[in-house]
Amino acid sequence: MSKKVSRRQFLTYTLGGTAGFLASGLLFPMVRFAVDPMLKKGEAGNFLDVGLKVDEITDTPISVKFVIHRKDGWYEPPKGETMTAWVLKEGNEILALSPVCKHLGCTVSYNTNPQFKNEFFCPCHFGRYTKDGTNVPGTPPAKPLDRYETKIENGKLLIGPLKKA
Amino acid sequence: MLRAIYDWVDERLDITPIWRDVADHEVPEHVNPAHHFSAFIYCFGGLTFFVVVIQILSGMFLAMYYVPDIVNAHASVNYLQNEIAMGAIVRGMHHWGASVAIVMLFLHTLRVFFTGSYKHPREFNWVVGMLIFAVMLGLGFTGYLLPWDNKAYFATKVGVEIAASVPVIGPYIAIFLQGGDIVGAQTLARFFALHVFFLPAALLALLGVHFILIRRQGISGPL
Repeated sequence: MSKKVSRRQFLTYTLGGTAGFLASGLLFPMVRFAVDPMLKKGEAGNFLDVGLKVDEITDTPISVKFVIHRKDGWYEPPKGETMTAWVLKEGNEILALSPVCKHLGCTVSYNTNPQFKNEFFCPCHFGRYTKDGTNVPGTPPAKPLDRYETKIENGKLLIGPLKKA
Repeated sequence: MLRAIYDWVDERLDITPIWRDVADHEVPEHVNPAHHFSAFIYCFGGLTFFVVVIQILSGMFLAMYYVPDIVNAHASVNYLQNEIAMGAIVRGMHHWGASVAIVMLFLHTLRVFFTGSYKHPREFNWVVGMLIFAVMLGLGFTGYLLPWDNKAYFATKVGVEIAASVPVIGPYIAIFLQGGDIVGAQTLARFFALHVFFLPAALLALLGVHFILIRRQGISGPL
């Protein structure tokens, strides 16, 4: 068998190559367009003064509301978005816990279920967390509650972005 | 009159063989409810397709009023439902039809399973059917967000969390679905595009394959 490329094979490869080139030229911009959010870098969040003095923080979690401004694509809510953190003192450390359940993203609340005193409780699937946000084994969540980064300036609490796990 | 029009067209375009090919074929006795009443279980596939046709039609009409934008989406649904003549009916067709389509599809799947119709030589059509099942669930998931009410928002949040729990690529799937870091403006735009363009196109292509295969391979024999 000769190793020469036959005229027919040459034409097939040429046509195939051209078709492939045209198809990728067509598809590449569209696919890159669709996956752009996955490749965008998130912007670093800044720290916000939530109007809470550090010596008001006790070992009982309190719900602290604060407003963040961020752009959702082209849209920025004019009044910002209200976020919640559960703030408490654990030893010498100040914790600011996210209220988003690590099971499926419902909202947890502290001490709302009389059956489970002094715990965070999620009403969706009965997920529970101890006071420091550790998930109670045997309940749906598999990870502890996320924590916000915190800073103290002039005796006041500043809340930053969520800590990366 | 109609006959004359048909003959005039047929003489030039020879359309009789086309519709004969599509519509004129034998139905075996064991799938004909006139012979065995129990044969009605063979109707679920056709009923699924019928409901899908209703979904496509009602969806086309809903798109005349619906706006996929977080500021206006809920208001536009509220408007088309309450201010437009027959709005509750047309949206009701789409809303209830969505559930009926899934139920019919599931009954069809059960019939195929329990009659063993997925076996040789129809394995490939079972796989196509499973792909249709996935696309239909995708249509249900993306459509659920579009009214942009609390139920839609939180159902999508939960759905995206489930997708995010896939090992390794989960977070990327979540960002791809959301079009960003949160369920928001970009998520709604994306889900709208998936719901009205990408998934229906995939569904129609798969349905075409599904129907061609069943015509080529014929309906499986009786139990």
